[in-house]
Amino acid sequence: MLKEEDKIFKNLYNELGWKLEDSLKRDDWSDTKNLISKGKEWIINEIKTSELRGRGGAGFPTGLKWSFAPKKIGSRPHYLVINADESEPGTCKDRDILRFEPQKLIEGCLITSYAVNAHVCYIYIRGEYYNEGIRLQQAIDEAYEKNFIGKNSCNSGWDLDIYIHFGAGAYICGEETALLESLEGNKGQPRLKPPFPALVGLYGCPTIVNNVETIAVVPTILRRGGKWFASIGRPKNTGTKIFCISGNVNSPCNVEEEMGIPLKDLIEKYAGGVIGGWKNLQAVIPGGSSMPLIPKDICETLKMDFDSLIAVKSGLGTAGIVVINKEQDIVKCMARIAKFYKHESCGQCTPCREGSGWMWRILERAVKGDATYKDIDLLSDVTKQIEGHTICAFGEGSAWPVQGLLRHFRKEIDKRCHAEPIIKKRRKIPYLIDQHNLENKDA
Amino acid sequence: MSLKKVHDKQPEKFEFTEANLKLAKKILEKYPENQKKSAVMPLLHLAQNQNNNWIPLAALKYIGKLLSMPYINVYEVATFYSMYNLAPVGRYFVQICTTSPCALRGANNIVKICQEKISKNPNELSENGLCSWTEVECLGACVNAPMMQVNNDYYEDLDDLNTKKILDSFIKDEPLKPRSYRNRKNSAPEKRILNGLKDA
Repeated sequence: MLKEEDKIFKNLYNELGWKLEDSLKRDDWSDTKNLISKGKEWIINEIKTSELRGRGGAGFPTGLKWSFAPKKIGSRPHYLVINADESEPGTCKDRDILRFEPQKLIEGCLITSYAVNAHVCYIYIRGEYYNEGIRLQQAIDEAYEKNFIGKNSCNSGWDLDIYIHFGAGAYICGEETALLESLEGNKGQPRLKPPFPALVGLYGCPTIVNNVETIAVVPTILRRGGKWFASIGRPKNTGTKIFCISGNVNSPCNVEEEMGIPLKDLIEKYAGGVIGGWKNLQAVIPGGSSMPLIPKDICETLKMDFDSLIAVKSGLGTAGIVVINKEQDIVKCMARIAKFYKHESCGQCTPCREGSGWMWRILERAVKGDATYKDIDLLSDVTKQIEGHTICAFGEGSAWPVQGLLRHFRKEIDKRCHAEPIIKKRRKIPYLIDQHNLENKDA
Repeated sequence: MSLKKVHDKQPEKFEFTEANLKLAKKILEKYPENQKKSAVMPLLHLAQNQNNNWIPLAALKYIGKLLSMPYINVYEVATFYSMYNLAPVGRYFVQICTTSPCALRGANNIVKICQEKISKNPNELSENGLCSWTEVECLGACVNAPMMQVNNDYYEDLDDLNTKKILDSFIKDEPLKPRSYRNRKNSAPEKRILNGLKDA
């Protein structure tokens, strides 16, 4: 259990006020100049010691990422881009940081910009978070007024400008290279990697892209020391993390806890338990919709951190926990997720664009009981054909949940898919049908 | 991405108002001078705000000229992102999140209520022309599910009764305030003390 004093986001529920004067009481901006004067090397090393891993889903070590940026500014300027395009179903942690702890994010932006040699920082917020964006802009204006950012920020000698850029409702823009494309004024379609953004990113310049939560914890880590952060949680999975618990629980909530906390504790202690009691639990999606679900028997002892979840063939992702109880139709629930991916595929790579529609249609048939017994193998085959054959990780994100369903709820799916194959009986459910014929006119 | 209908009745001309032109200049200052194209998304938002929450084709051409960018590229961007409306929507544009976390907590009921109260099909204006509704993907307020977004505001923690009240208020043109309709504090657990958080 995390001690109250070790919590980084003390104002997660806005009980203490979000304004600059309130956050000053919570130690924000207290000795930023001093931290910066210790130098880039020291900052990056301290983050490396803390073993902070990116909070946006992939869990890449943050210190390592920063060290990829060129050490000196060459002919091209450096950029820092903050990814606040939070659209993973089940995740709403960044929203609370933007609303209630904006100064932590802004201070993190300054320190990180200094560490990676950037004088300009863009914060890419999803367009739906309009009010949150306005709030953040107010916070940025307050910080400019106090000269915490701007020319000679905090008297440290470092110039920094922070700009907000609103997205417009595309999930794929949460992928870092798609985000950069979007920021450049193009469609948000991911780029091939390598080259990685750290060398060739925004406008072809070295760019570091980090999640909101990752950047917002940086000032506290530096103030209290990387060793302090590393002492929380488990080795390689250190620190605190905001968990979002949604779905069939009595009291859905966001909560900051240490990494490696048992899933059962999170659900029972903070979220008020599963609706209908723990016995009524069917499955849990542990890290936002793109991570495979896990059935009840694994949930009993599961610890919530990157490596424990990989061991059960799932992932921590963004730590958006979606609880599904036995009153729900699990196939219907996954069909809805498949529809989400069908809707959000950017259309660049064929396996993903077409495959996500295939998966959705097969699952939708299974929900209605129209699917044939051969559909199960077809479904499994489609997921394998998407996985690893796309430019970005969206392909995996759409295929994994379906694979999880097949892995853990095979019996349930077998029950639904019993019709004879179409070719034999000439039933009127064509395999290949124009995708849009099955949709609403306005889909 | 999704298919979009472009409205069949298009105005011939579109220009930013003077105030918006000033705003547009301010937006352009955010980006490097040789990267004017970056401003296309904020300018589309601006055009949408100016024109009753939808963007006519004339505005795409206008923005293209403003940013020295081919019309087709602006069109590409406007059709790629789901938040740009290329056809008129109601003054109260109700967007219901129906992705899994919301669906698990009854978002489909809210869709049904919208069908009863506003219009049978999505993206149709209500009888008095004030409201329209549509289903959208995850709006990022999953712990406050089910929820809906009306224009820029989030209405959270809904149930059937509240949804009906809220929709009625839009139809009457006296909108209720956006907030959590279970009176909870943002994303905090509701029964904090009862659940033993204190002794934890």
